[in-house]
Amino acid sequence: MRTAHDASTYVAAQRDAAAALPAAGRRWLDQCRSAALAQLELTGLPDQSNEDWKYTPIRPITREAFAPAQAGSDCPRQFVVASTIPNLDSYRLVFVDGFWSPALSNLDGLPAGVTLAGLGQMLDNDPARIEPWLGSALGSEPHGFIAMNSSFVGDGAVVEINAGVVLDKPVELLFVSGCGGSGRLSLPRNLVVAHSGSQATVIERHVSLLENRSLSNSVSEVIVESDARLTHHAVQQESPRSFHVGGLFVRVGRRAEFCATTVTLDGALVRRDALINLDDEQAQAHLDGLYLAFGRNHVDNHTHVVHHAPNGVSREHYKGVLGDRARAVFHGRIVVQPGAQQTDSQQRNQNLLLSRDAEADSKPQLEIYADNVKCTHGATVGQLDEGAIFYLRSRGLDQVQARRALTRAFAADVLERMVPTALRSYLEQQVNDRMQAVSEIER
Amino acid sequence: MLSIKGLHAKVDDKPILRGLDLEVGPGEVHAIMGPNGSGKSTLANVIAGRDGYEVTDGSVRFLGCSLLSLTPEERAREGVFLAFQYPVEIPGVSNVAMLKEAVNAVRKHRGEPGLDAMDFLKLARERLKLVEMKEEFLYRSVNEGFSGGEKKRNEIFQLAMLEPRLAILDETDSGLDIDALKVVAGGVNAMRDSARSIVLVTHYQRLLEHIVPDWVHVLADGRIVRSGDKELAVELEQQGYGWVNSGADQAVGVG
Repeated sequence: MRTAHDASTYVAAQRDAAAALPAAGRRWLDQCRSAALAQLELTGLPDQSNEDWKYTPIRPITREAFAPAQAGSDCPRQFVVASTIPNLDSYRLVFVDGFWSPALSNLDGLPAGVTLAGLGQMLDNDPARIEPWLGSALGSEPHGFIAMNSSFVGDGAVVEINAGVVLDKPVELLFVSGCGGSGRLSLPRNLVVAHSGSQATVIERHVSLLENRSLSNSVSEVIVESDARLTHHAVQQESPRSFHVGGLFVRVGRRAEFCATTVTLDGALVRRDALINLDDEQAQAHLDGLYLAFGRNHVDNHTHVVHHAPNGVSREHYKGVLGDRARAVFHGRIVVQPGAQQTDSQQRNQNLLLSRDAEADSKPQLEIYADNVKCTHGATVGQLDEGAIFYLRSRGLDQVQARRALTRAFAADVLERMVPTALRSYLEQQVNDRMQAVSEIER
Repeated sequence: MLSIKGLHAKVDDKPILRGLDLEVGPGEVHAIMGPNGSGKSTLANVIAGRDGYEVTDGSVRFLGCSLLSLTPEERAREGVFLAFQYPVEIPGVSNVAMLKEAVNAVRKHRGEPGLDAMDFLKLARERLKLVEMKEEFLYRSVNEGFSGGEKKRNEIFQLAMLEPRLAILDETDSGLDIDALKVVAGGVNAMRDSARSIVLVTHYQRLLEHIVPDWVHVLADGRIVRSGDKELAVELEQQGYGWVNSGADQAVGVG
C-alpha cells in the first residue's frame, strides 16, 4: 500500500511557498492565510466519515502529492485561440495553472466602471481594495480543500462592476491547467463584486492543456449588492484524468438576483460546493446544473442555499447523465432562517443512468425555521424510457440514435434558457459530442 | 405484401395469438376487428417488433422476407409503419428532429440521398395539410401535451412523411370525436396507393365508414375466425361480438 498524501503534504508545501505569495508580509493577508492553514492542519482533508463526503472518497487525489504550480508556465496562444467559444464576444482573462496571464488576456474596449484584473496584481498594488472582500462570501472554511485554497490565496480573477453599470459583454475567465507538467496543483481564488444596480455575466471555464493529471482547486467568491443582477456560468471541462475541487460562495443583497449554471463535462473526480446566502429581502437565486459522467468519473455537487430574510426566492435544478461505471452525488441543502417568511424555494435533481453500473446518490436536505414558507424538493434517478426508445425505433431510428436523442433531450432543458446563446450553442455541441463518443459503447 | 402463417405469440408467457393466418396484398386495406383481448394489438406489436412479444411458432413474411428476425428499425426502414394506439410523449425531442432523422434513415436504407432541410420542410408542410395540423406542431416535442386527437393526427402525419409500404393502424379511432375521426380518415385515404397496404386494427365499425376496407377479418382468441368484405363490419356492429365468443374455443380466457 502506498502512502496517502494527506493534508500534511499541503501544509508543508504552503510553509515552503508562503513567503513568496503575493503581498506576503501584509498582516491581514498573512493572518487569513495562516488561519486557513491552521484549519487545514486541524481538520485535514475530508474523508467519508464526514457526512458531506460520505459518497465521495478522495483516495484518487491523495494517492499523489500534487505540487503547487509555479507562475510563468507556458500556455501556447494557439491553444487559447482553439479553446475559444465560437461567436462569443467577451472580455477575457486567461489563467495559466491559476496565474493570470495578461499577455493571453483580452480586455479591449472595456468600459469605464469595470475592473478586471489579476488578484495577485491587485494584492501587490491595491490590497486595501481586496481586504474587505476576501473571505467575506466564503465565511468559515467548509472543508479542508477550501481551507487549502485560502491558505495559498494569491492569484485569480478580480471582477468589479461599479454601481449601476450594465456590462455589454460577458466576462470570460479561462483557467488552463496542466501547463507546468503533470501532478500540478492550481489554486485560483476569484472575487466578483457586482455593486448596487449593476448587471453582468461571468463565465468561468476550466480546461486542460494536456491530458496531464492535475488538481484544480478553484474558489470563487461573489458579492451581489442590492438590485444588482449577476449571472455566473461555470463550465468544467478539464481532462478525464484531472481532479477538480472548487466552490462558489455567494452573498445576494436586497432585491438582487443571482443566476448560476454549473456544467461538468469531464474530469476523473469533480467536487463543487455552492453556498448561496440570500442576505436581504427579495433576494433571488437560480441555480442550474448539468453534469455528465462516464467511464469511472465521479461528480459531486453540493449546494447550500440559506434564506436569511423575507420574500426570498430560490430555484435549483440539477440534472445528471451517467454512463459506464460513473457515479454522481447531489446534496442540496436549503436552510430557511427564522424570520425569512414568504420564502419560495424549489429544488429538483434528476439523474439519468445509461448503464446498469452507473450510480447516483441524491440527498435533499431542508431545514426550515420559519412558519410561512413554500419549499418543495424532488429527486429522481431513472433510465431511458423503453417505450420512447421503441417508438423512435419504430420510426426508423436505430438503438444508438434513439438513445442519443432521448439523452440529449433529457439534458437539453438545463441549457435551454442559457444566455449568451453562443455559450449555449457551444455547450449543446459539447454535450452532443460527449454523447456521440460514449453512446456507441452503451448497451 | 404481408403473409402471416400459423402465428403463435405469447406475452408474459400467456399465449395470445394461437395460429393466426393473414394475407395482405399490395394496395389492399384490411380491417382486423374483434373483442377486447382477442389479440388485435398483439398482432400489431408483433409485426412492428416490440420487445416482450414472443413468437413461438409461425411466420411473418413481408415482401418475401421474414420480418421476425429484423429489429424494429430495420422493419421501419423496410417500410413497415405502426400507428400507435397510445402514442408516446417524448419531451425534448421535437417532431421535426425525430422525423428528419427517421425519414433520412429510411431514405439511406433505400439508397436515396438524405433530404436537406429545405426539401424536408417543404415535404413536411405539404403532409401536415393532409391531417390539418399547424406548422407549430413540427417544432413541438413529440406528442408532448397533445390532445388525444392531436396525437392520432400526428401518427398519421408521420405515416405520410415516412411513406411506408405497409401501415398498421392500431385503434387509431379510439378516443376520437367525429370531426377528428374524419380528419384522420382523410389523411389515411390520401395515402392509399396501389403499392401501399393498410391494416386497420379496430374495435368499432365507425372508422370503416370513413376508410372503406377491401377485407374485414374477425379475430377471436388469437385466430381469424371469419373473413368477409365491408358488409361483415356492419353485421358485427349490429350483432356485437357475443357470437364470436360462443363459437370459439373458450379454453383460455384472454379477455
